[in-house]
Amino acid sequence: MRRRAILGYGAAGVGAVALMLFVGWWQVDGPGGAEPVGQRPVALTEMDFRLTDHEGNAVGPETLIGRPTMAFFGFTYCPDVCPTTLSDISGWLDDLGDEADEMNVVFITVDPERDTVETVAEYVGYFHPGIRGWTGPEEQIARVADGFRATYERVPTESGDYTMNHTASVFLFAASGRFVTMIDYHEPREFAVPKIRRALAEEMEGAT
Amino acid sequence: MKKYILTSTLAALLTLGGLSVPALAGPEDVVVENAWSRASIGMNRPGAAYMKIRNTGDEPVTLIDLTTPLAMMPEIHETKTNAEGVSSMSPAGEIAIAPGESVALEPGGLHAMLMRLQEPMTEGDTFPLTLLFDDGGEVTVEVPILGIAARGPED
Repeated sequence: MRRRAILGYGAAGVGAVALMLFVGWWQVDGPGGAEPVGQRPVALTEMDFRLTDHEGNAVGPETLIGRPTMAFFGFTYCPDVCPTTLSDISGWLDDLGDEADEMNVVFITVDPERDTVETVAEYVGYFHPGIRGWTGPEEQIARVADGFRATYERVPTESGDYTMNHTASVFLFAASGRFVTMIDYHEPREFAVPKIRRALAEEMEGAT
Repeated sequence: MKKYILTSTLAALLTLGGLSVPALAGPEDVVVENAWSRASIGMNRPGAAYMKIRNTGDEPVTLIDLTTPLAMMPEIHETKTNAEGVSSMSPAGEIAIAPGESVALEPGGLHAMLMRLQEPMTEGDTFPLTLLFDDGGEVTVEVPILGIAARGPED
């Protein structure tokens, strides 16, 4: 009798844990979770921001419409991810050859305090000549990041400086301004060029 | 392809002119390969160096610190990218390497973060980087400085 009671409690306990796990799954990964679609960048045509490119020209989302776009957030004081990604992008552009000339390629700083137009100009100069560098006032950078559903955060370092956590994915938009896909930082690099070609191909479809 | 296989204690003894250093078990078995770094723009930005550290011995070794005349605050950092694609960087702490295992310091992961540079990192130059282990042993490697857009030791 006593043993049966213990078994009963045990079964109830297992059931309760299973229910908690199910509820957790439902809310996080299951149908009850947040819509991942909400995390996709909006179309460039729906964005509104004013920045300055590394040559001092006023630029905005409309600058990118009409050609496929590859965009990336970073900062010039970034020792690891940013030079690596910009080198990767440079390599992809080399692979694309003439096709790369048909694209906008933009590096957007998330650290406008240190990344002035001159600083960004020097920085992008070390990579593929097709890469443009954009900077601007903090509140405008915030608007860009919002449109891209990208995040960035200033983090103090032990050296008394600060570094920036930021979205490191490379974003691809069609010539129409529609978001196509992104190249994740952890993704095998050989998938990148086919993805870029896909964004380029959408342009063709849009043209017909 | 260049290989920098450096042994610590012996080299240290030779360079320091017979300074008495106790014989140490670990670092003779530590091999550093394919070290490289990127040139810096000026001295205000931190630099990063990469390499493969192999433990060829029978005992575990633990990397606890770095020193270099190039930077006042060299430290092993790790870049992590989360499910949302956000990258962040933080000190990696001590790095234990099991016997026969290796640890890769490579772009997007572990790297030797070179904070407070004492001089600009110029393409074509090299600089010495000393790896300190928990048993008091050390390994010094001469790290070549490649271009800012370098992607690996062969670039």
